[in-house]
Amino acid sequence: MPDTDNLIKTVTPLPDPEAAKEALLKSYPTKVARKRTKHMVVNDPATLSAIQANARTIPGIITQRGCSYAGCKGVVLGPTRDIINITHGPIGCGYYSWLTRRNQTRTESDAEHNYIPYCFSTDMQEQEIVFGGEKKLEAAIQEAYDLFHPKAIAVFATCPVGLIGDDIHQVSKRMKEKLGINVFAFSCEGYRGVSQSAGHHIANNQLFKHVIGRGTTPVEGKFRINLLGEYNIGGDAFVLEDLFERCGITLVSTFSGNSTVDGFERAHMADLNCVMCHRSINYVADMIEKKYGIPWFKVNFIGANSSAKSLRRIAQYFENDELTARTEQVIAEENEKVAAAQSRIRPRCEGKTAMLFVGGSRAHHYQDLFKEIGMKTVAAGYEFAHRDDYEGRRVLPDIKVDADSRNIEEVTVEQDAELYNPRKSADEIAAYEAREFHFNDYDGMMPEMEEGTLSIDDISHHETERLIEMYRPAVFCAGIKEKYAVQKMGVPCKQLHSYDYGGPYAGFQGAINFYEDIDRMVNARAWAFIDPPWKTRTSPKLTASYGDQ
Amino acid sequence: MLLRHTTADVTERTALTINPAKTCQPIGAMYAALGIHACLPHSHGSQGCCSYHRSTLTRHYKEPVMAGTSSFTEGSSVFGGQANLLQAIANIFDIYDPDVIAVHTTCLSETIGDDLVQIIAKAREEGSIPPGKMVIHTNTPSYAGSHVTGFSSMVKSMVGYFSEPSDIRSRTINIIPGWVEPSDMREIKRLVGLLGAESIMFPDTSDVLDAPQTGKHVFYPKGGVTMPALRRTGESAVTLALGPTASEAAAKALDVKCGVPCETMTLPIGLQATDRFIDAVRLHSGHGVPVAIEEERGRLIDIMTDMGQYLQGKRVALWGDPDQLVALSEFLVDLDMKPVYVVTGTPGKVFERRMERALQGRVPEAKVQQGATADMFLMHQWIKQEPVDLLIGNTYGKYIARDEDIPFVRHGFPILDRIGHSYFPTVGYTGAIRLLEKFLDVFLDRRDRDDPEERFELVM
Repeated sequence: MPDTDNLIKTVTPLPDPEAAKEALLKSYPTKVARKRTKHMVVNDPATLSAIQANARTIPGIITQRGCSYAGCKGVVLGPTRDIINITHGPIGCGYYSWLTRRNQTRTESDAEHNYIPYCFSTDMQEQEIVFGGEKKLEAAIQEAYDLFHPKAIAVFATCPVGLIGDDIHQVSKRMKEKLGINVFAFSCEGYRGVSQSAGHHIANNQLFKHVIGRGTTPVEGKFRINLLGEYNIGGDAFVLEDLFERCGITLVSTFSGNSTVDGFERAHMADLNCVMCHRSINYVADMIEKKYGIPWFKVNFIGANSSAKSLRRIAQYFENDELTARTEQVIAEENEKVAAAQSRIRPRCEGKTAMLFVGGSRAHHYQDLFKEIGMKTVAAGYEFAHRDDYEGRRVLPDIKVDADSRNIEEVTVEQDAELYNPRKSADEIAAYEAREFHFNDYDGMMPEMEEGTLSIDDISHHETERLIEMYRPAVFCAGIKEKYAVQKMGVPCKQLHSYDYGGPYAGFQGAINFYEDIDRMVNARAWAFIDPPWKTRTSPKLTASYGDQ
Repeated sequence: MLLRHTTADVTERTALTINPAKTCQPIGAMYAALGIHACLPHSHGSQGCCSYHRSTLTRHYKEPVMAGTSSFTEGSSVFGGQANLLQAIANIFDIYDPDVIAVHTTCLSETIGDDLVQIIAKAREEGSIPPGKMVIHTNTPSYAGSHVTGFSSMVKSMVGYFSEPSDIRSRTINIIPGWVEPSDMREIKRLVGLLGAESIMFPDTSDVLDAPQTGKHVFYPKGGVTMPALRRTGESAVTLALGPTASEAAAKALDVKCGVPCETMTLPIGLQATDRFIDAVRLHSGHGVPVAIEEERGRLIDIMTDMGQYLQGKRVALWGDPDQLVALSEFLVDLDMKPVYVVTGTPGKVFERRMERALQGRVPEAKVQQGATADMFLMHQWIKQEPVDLLIGNTYGKYIARDEDIPFVRHGFPILDRIGHSYFPTVGYTGAIRLLEKFLDVFLDRRDRDDPEERFELVM
């Protein structure tokens, strides 16, 4: 029998990171190597190097990146249950984004709208490509309205729409007037930008222009916040909703997990914006602050320590003794369970290594969870993040806007004549900042990574395989496209987009779930059975035995 | 309720597709290309297409699905994608060293009008295609046909690029298996082998999308039809095209190009379609049907006669691809079941005629529809009007199955939430036995769940 009780427990001496980086680039054509080297940094917290990010992917390199439509319709708008999202284009884009992102949502009763299990498409045909698709889009909006009477309809452009020149915004405007419900459109053609990231920005802009601030019904509650950049994959938002409720915090809206259009419309009534996934939603946070005077700061509810820290920051912001006391009580209750789980699981995972190549924030946040069970992240990178997500927002002034980003609208925002109300005065903000309590800030992933670890942006499949061969991590975190190639290499792959259909992983209970899942994964017996017993036998000597002895 | 907004009230729709029973062409081309040995599919368009197709195929197979993309930006959409594709071809051969790159277009590159023949010629001119290697292409405009059309077009392109006319006529039978699973392709090859015939199957995803765990990621798994085999298809005796929607175009092209006669058949799913397939191979190979195959058939009939009482009269709703639906419907009718609702998003009037034949006049109440608004929403509305006893189709059916509490057998593409389809065929007699087992399991499990205690049966 193979030794299945002692899998991959010790870390072999890690390779020299500079040599590893060289090895990743070695078999590339010179031009490709020259480009890719800028996307790879050997981390040194003392001297932060610049990393190339949000740049064009090299054709043919086998990237994991998706497109602007995926970022806009799939990521940001997808999780909202009561908007009818119509994909304007051929059938594929709507089909592939139909229920595949695990955005959970919960309604009180069947009387509430929930369109998440539905896919709506104009299923554009050759005729529309030639003669234009505006008429079909208009008819589709009408048919959606007649059938369902939704509160809002959103329209998403796919690649050909921009090329043939359909004016989806004009059609939406017309239908909004005709139907008396909110109808708005997103020019998120797949070719815009260099990745999903462009789609996030486009989604942010239109939500801000067409939805946020329309609500007039006041929001009750003493401590009102919005949670930005939380998409309720695997029920994460449910965990956080519960935590806030127990602390006495009122969640006005979440962008956009378990969310409703009503919540979005009243987002301007919150007194604080908490940003989870900086990459996908920081634009909304900035715009809301400018228009309505609501400050924002970065939170992180992945990892028990980070969750506690984030809850405390919210309590500090509101400066209320009762809130602070309740928050501390919740943290204490939760930490007791967390500590028990850690002491059970840490010895089984301690010293093992992890790699994370995913998303625009998860590759950073999930490092905290691994730390809590004694695992070390040896390499990490984002699929579509920008330099500020790696190096921190301090580099924002240095980021050159290239042609691919320039064509995404920068919305000009002004203070709202009636609704602008700075929740904290400039003096108050300054006082916070003096206490190292920062607003509008994100330090990024790289400053938190250990010396000698690797940051690799938009990692290619080739690099993924070489990296795994060199490091043999105990677990590799990525998405569905990498999952089975990594596993074929004998290394478990944890999906951090879909959580392998598990989770939730947010908050304290989420942390416990994650520890348990990682423990199960890295200590699973199956990995030890890959080589058949006759192949692992060292000498071909003849043996005989009776029965099964 | 998951699909709480679906009502029995059917209204005419002309523009809005809801819960489609099809997807777009390129994914079919990608799947077909994976059935060529050492081939890297390449998506000429925006990154999202490639990402979506790889993701969907990966979820269906739980296997690595590798493919390149031209990574269009706004610039390439304005100026054309030539520069991107040239770069991609050079990079792919340098980094991933395939034997073949199989390029398919997307709605973006089709709308722009990129000329792939010219771009590939330029790549060759520039020396980016190493000697002995091939770049092939097919046009897959997503705004026409469906995923099945894309599959069909890529298979046809294999003929166009590889099949060589020949003076020799071998006894080999070309088999175009249609869009079926690796397990089905393996089973068809096994049956043909038992019949003593030589065959070339293309595409062939067995040993590609069902690769074993060895601790090594074999980038190009051992399966797939090889380039030399594809070239030799031009000297074969005959081509059997299984499923007209997916396979006929290639078979006809091979006849035109190389004079290989072809016969288009129903996918060999179920009793009669398998009978016809076996008989055709028997005739073309000149060998008799071996006892082993007759015994397999006998076992199928045995189950049909023994367990028929649990199946007879059951009303079934099916959705998916034309070739599968026709074959399944014929089988259901042979089981005295009633395929009452049948929808496919894949457009084409011929489907309705083929369904009429499959139903053999035995299900006059059947509703059959094809095209854009023949979607799962419409089928669900029909079910709301008059329910069915069984659902057969891809994973998206689970929402209807749960809401309406209807037994559900997964079949077709994509199956995102179960395994088995890669490993256990539904073609041939043993495949039909597997289907029967699945039907009986869901019906009898339902009885075990619902029967009152006094009528709970030990033996069934």
